[in-house]
Amino acid sequence: MKAIQKENVQELLESFENQKVYLHLETTSGAYAAQNKEKLSVGAYIRNGSVRFTNVKIAGAGPFRIGFKLEEGWMYAEGLTDYVLDDKRRLLMAGHDDSGRLAIAVQLSHTPFE
Amino acid sequence: MEKHVLVIFPHPDDEAFGTAGVMTKFIKDGVPVTYACATLGEMGRNMGNPFFATRETLPEVRKEELLNACKAMGVEDLRMLGFRDKTLEFEDSELLVSTIGGLIDELKPSLIITFYPGHGIHPDHDACAHAVVEAVKRIPSNNRPTVYGLPITPDREEVLGKPDRVYDVTDVMETKIKTIEAHRSQTEAMVPRLKDGTLDLNSDMLKFIKQESFWIYPFTQ
Repeated sequence: MKAIQKENVQELLESFENQKVYLHLETTSGAYAAQNKEKLSVGAYIRNGSVRFTNVKIAGAGPFRIGFKLEEGWMYAEGLTDYVLDDKRRLLMAGHDDSGRLAIAVQLSHTPFE
Repeated sequence: MEKHVLVIFPHPDDEAFGTAGVMTKFIKDGVPVTYACATLGEMGRNMGNPFFATRETLPEVRKEELLNACKAMGVEDLRMLGFRDKTLEFEDSELLVSTIGGLIDELKPSLIITFYPGHGIHPDHDACAHAVVEAVKRIPSNNRPTVYGLPITPDREEVLGKPDRVYDVTDVMETKIKTIEAHRSQTEAMVPRLKDGTLDLNSDMLKFIKQESFWIYPFTQ
């Protein structure tokens, strides 16, 4: 992965518009976060959710936010820092902290994730 | 002497800190050790700086690390059970129990090592431990293997008392560190500190690396 280049990501995101897209979305504070008593261990995860979006926009100056206008609703994510279009033409985007730990991931694919 | 030891954990690297020493010792003593690892740790968070993985490539990375860890310990029988990280507590319980039960039927271990149920902190640890206990409960009581539970909760001694078995593993420390090191994606920040002494092996905090402690699960029925 490399640091998000906003214009390039916008272009890639748009290539997934108006079609059935497989979605991986996760965010987590880590399963051990609650060990630190002030913290709540939170997270959400969906793998191979199926969505169609009519509009998509990347916003911010980094870390970035991405919002998807769905046919019947909305989806958004924030804290994204890095991206790659992998060898299977899947758009993988993630937010990593300074030590390289993943805190959020948003991934789009034309075919189901394994 | 044990006849066959079956180690069951949910994630690659779960064996490294708490049991790699005894696993190595059993193998050195000629006891067959099977390591059943339920998932590939697909949801690991550490992607490195610089990155060595993405969410999609991490499973392959961790599978390779698991194979290397087994090589380091001399484990020849590794079973990757194919479940998905962080889903064990939501998985069909019967599928988990019957998968583990199938392994026990096949291998007839005299000893099983897993997390201590309710003391695993991570939901997968507890789900795995509960499934092991349930699978063993289904075996007639005169035929059950011993189950070593590994609790990792800070208050484990207050709740469970002193451990039933404590193994000093300093004699196999080199192998243990190699095993920890094999799980690079999870441990790379720590290994240099283990090696150069900034993580002092004599500190209380790291006593658990030199001494592996287990609580025998008390089956009441």
